[in-house]
Amino acid sequence: MKTKLKGISYSKYGYLFSIPFVVAFLIFTLYPTIYTATLGFTDCRGVLNDNYHFLEHPFENFKEILKNDSFRVSLKNTIGIWIANFIPQISIALLLTAWFTSHSNEIRGKGFFKVVFYMPNIITAATVAILFHSLFNYPVGPVNDILVSSGLRDSSYYFFTNKMASRLIVAFIQFWTWYGNTMIVLISGVLGISPDIYEAAEIDGANGVQTFFRITIPNLKTVLLYTLITSLVGGLNMFDIPFLFLSGGPDRATLTTSVFIYNLAFSGNYIYNRAAAASMIMWLLIAFFSAILFYIMRDKDQIKIDKEIKRAKKEAKRAAKGGVNQWQL
Amino acid sequence: MAVVNKKASSYAFKIFAYAFCILLTVLSIFPFVIMIVNATRNTAEIQSHAVSFIPGNNFRTNWNILMGRGFNPLDGFKNSLIVSVGSTACNVYFSTMTAFALVAYDWKLRKPFFTVIMAVLMIPAQVTSIGFYSLMYKIGWVNSFLPLILPSIAAPTTVFFMRQYMIPSLPMEILQSARIDGAGEFRIFNQIVLPMMKPAMATQAIFSFVTSWNQLFMPQILITRPELRTMPMMVSLLNGDAYKTEYGSVYLGLLLTVIPILIAYFLLSKYIIEGVALGGVKG
Repeated sequence: MKTKLKGISYSKYGYLFSIPFVVAFLIFTLYPTIYTATLGFTDCRGVLNDNYHFLEHPFENFKEILKNDSFRVSLKNTIGIWIANFIPQISIALLLTAWFTSHSNEIRGKGFFKVVFYMPNIITAATVAILFHSLFNYPVGPVNDILVSSGLRDSSYYFFTNKMASRLIVAFIQFWTWYGNTMIVLISGVLGISPDIYEAAEIDGANGVQTFFRITIPNLKTVLLYTLITSLVGGLNMFDIPFLFLSGGPDRATLTTSVFIYNLAFSGNYIYNRAAAASMIMWLLIAFFSAILFYIMRDKDQIKIDKEIKRAKKEAKRAAKGGVNQWQL
Repeated sequence: MAVVNKKASSYAFKIFAYAFCILLTVLSIFPFVIMIVNATRNTAEIQSHAVSFIPGNNFRTNWNILMGRGFNPLDGFKNSLIVSVGSTACNVYFSTMTAFALVAYDWKLRKPFFTVIMAVLMIPAQVTSIGFYSLMYKIGWVNSFLPLILPSIAAPTTVFFMRQYMIPSLPMEILQSARIDGAGEFRIFNQIVLPMMKPAMATQAIFSFVTSWNQLFMPQILITRPELRTMPMMVSLLNGDAYKTEYGSVYLGLLLTVIPILIAYFLLSKYIIEGVALGGVKG
């Protein structure tokens, strides 16, 4: 990469072209992050309140939030709903991936199925939440109509008064919107595996199931971890669907941490300090998981090359300094 | 004998696989079919049988009820369009510029800068919303579209993918010869680099647009004036008391919010699926 022409240095343009990004990042991301973190240590409540003080016990808000029953319930719900959505999501995505990439059993209409399975993902989550609210409505929603008409139940079932049913529906909506996305990511991961390995397996007489578990899955490890962590981070932020579906109810059954924070800070309560503390706890959780992903996804080859270059440079320097020494060795 | 067995099992496998795929297809499409059909039926029809594949003739009535009670899809559409077009333009243009800075120039802080971008890739705006809202409140940007548009200038995900795309596809020789011809760096970026990046920009634009169009959290906390409501905010009105027993109108309202996305999806599905395969979105 030559960046010099007739002795002119172009490196300043590197800085120049990054300015918009850096400025927007400082204003809209870094400052709000620091500000949120700071508020977590104060007694700030209310929007126009500039007259707030740092607390005597700096971690009081954090302690209170961790002790808060609603926060605990919301954290449990968030993780529970995420698990209930992720297990079927990854299983079905893997199954479909195995079928759609199989060499021995070509499935027709793959393109069509991909388009249809991905479709729910692109629809506004707000719309999806209210659509499902209508579908599971009591006493006359379409789902109840099917249950009664088919004779599975004698009378309509009131889904929204049952805590577990409500949670499971939210988990199902999450699954329904995301499995197509996961499937496409996994398929592209499989297509990235060298075809030579599959050919070798075929020659060795491996059947489809063996190939899948012995070759596809081990080679897909990084992609699977990427899916796991991005889904987890997304899941920890779940807002639109639980907020609009039953606004956290019944009896906090679908209250997620995002909805909890929203209620605390923005729905007329303005308890900023506590909400900020809760946000920072979530921030730390997400940062922790992102760090894991960052570590896994790091470019190992590039790091190796960088190290080699550094070592070579050092050696060249040493050689230039004390070239004589080398001869003596 | 073995061959026959293998054939039979492969046949069984295929039947199972297709049956399963068709089941999932029904699962994907069924809610939308119900939505479309019920948008044309009245409350009494839906109450007697909520599932039907025969459209009713109450589209007009549902429309009138829907429009009369606060739901205004045209306003929502217009507002969402302003926000999404603005934020997509910022996102794609400035991300390409940042990627260009990372790829084409050799500067001291280049690597640390890229590491920072990678590190903040995953941190969602939602967890810092309290500080963000307070700042916007102070500078008087509440009830404005600017805080929904301008943060897109710093979009780590797009920068990351633009950089990945740019490294192999941008020959430095072209930059050199443009320089010899006397073009300034800014002109080189706008007139040579941008056109070369069009395919990648198109993919990223689709995702940026959809993400912006669908977002609810930020508009929900920043916008309170009814005439500035975005489409997802309009949708949330359908859950309110005004439409409690107007089932047909609710379905019609949902349908109106979905139509533009569905049309765009079926026109662009090929590119969208390809984009997802590249890892263009996260969830």
